[in-house]
Amino acid sequence: MCNTCGCNLTAGNRHLLFTPPKTEAVTAVSVLGSLLQHNNEQAGRNRAHFDAHGVLVINLMSSPGAGKTALLEATIQRLKANINIAVIEGDLETENDADRIRAQGVPAYQITTGTACHLDAHLIAGVLPQLDLSAIDLLFIENVGNLVCPASFDLGHHRNVTLLSVTEGDDKPAKYPVMFRAADLMLITKTDLLPHLDDFSVAKAAQCQRALASQVPVLPLSSRTGDGLDAWLDWLAQEVVAHKLRVQRQQTIKPRMQEDGLKWHQQTPKIRFRPVARG
Amino acid sequence: MHELSLCQDLLEQVTAIAQTHKADTVVRIIVWIGPLSGVEPLLLKSAFDLIRAGGVADQAELVLQNQAVKVVCSDCGMASEATANNLLCRHCGSGHTRLIGGDELILARVELAGVA
Repeated sequence: MCNTCGCNLTAGNRHLLFTPPKTEAVTAVSVLGSLLQHNNEQAGRNRAHFDAHGVLVINLMSSPGAGKTALLEATIQRLKANINIAVIEGDLETENDADRIRAQGVPAYQITTGTACHLDAHLIAGVLPQLDLSAIDLLFIENVGNLVCPASFDLGHHRNVTLLSVTEGDDKPAKYPVMFRAADLMLITKTDLLPHLDDFSVAKAAQCQRALASQVPVLPLSSRTGDGLDAWLDWLAQEVVAHKLRVQRQQTIKPRMQEDGLKWHQQTPKIRFRPVARG
Repeated sequence: MHELSLCQDLLEQVTAIAQTHKADTVVRIIVWIGPLSGVEPLLLKSAFDLIRAGGVADQAELVLQNQAVKVVCSDCGMASEATANNLLCRHCGSGHTRLIGGDELILARVELAGVA
């Protein structure tokens, strides 16, 4: 029996400690728990699973129609001879994107989320049994097209790549700071359309990204013409090699994910238990 | 709209805490929320009204405490208040800053009644 864990409290003496519930007796418990706790725990398990096979996992995020699938098609065409690639596709409905990827000769797994606007760690865990990770070096997760929700969910991946197409407006990073701040790499896509647009400045888009205190590379490219693709493919190849070395050293890396701010409040005890109103 | 799934997580954590302390009722739930958490306070409140029905937090008040966006500069060492889409140092203009507040999404405190 002690005064620390509460084992000295019995049905016979508990009334001495707490006032009866009918009054304003309130017990406050400080918890400091992340509201994304369940997701983050599953994400950690997913990442350990990927790392055990040395697979680099990249989460592609953008608004719908920014060219994620087209980028993957162009990327697979250029890289599949040297790097074993697979893709997990997230969409509300249809297998269309997975079919486009399979047509490139690499495995693709479609997650249809129904009405959910983002992928989460549990959805990814659901398709893991179908993936032969030992045959993969690089796994892309094409998230649901949405500049809001996907940024908050760790999937167990290693890098976030955020796409901004030139038809969307160059101030998107200022409008969606949570998403763009999470980027480990920012791609400006569909640059072949720039001659037809007088209101998109690549420099302005990069400037909005820098205002988020983000120093990540900003790479303009066109999946259609291939312009600028080399820098993106070089980045990918370097990341794949760097990750293989990392897991050999028993290390991993987390994406620049929207954390829950918990780290700044750790000095407070994790659980504090105090009866506030005593009779 | 992922506020609903966040609320489910919130309620599971709150319910577990109430069970640990053998409480009948949850009176108040205090959540710290920052503009860079990616969560809309009003949506979280309305999602909470849907999720809590019938459970131990049926009558609970959800208190959302907004947290300020703050950065500290790696170049000049100064801390400054910032905004969600401008995280540059307000003292020297540097982009080499670290966020020290404003992305919170934290269940900070639960107030229980009827602790057996």
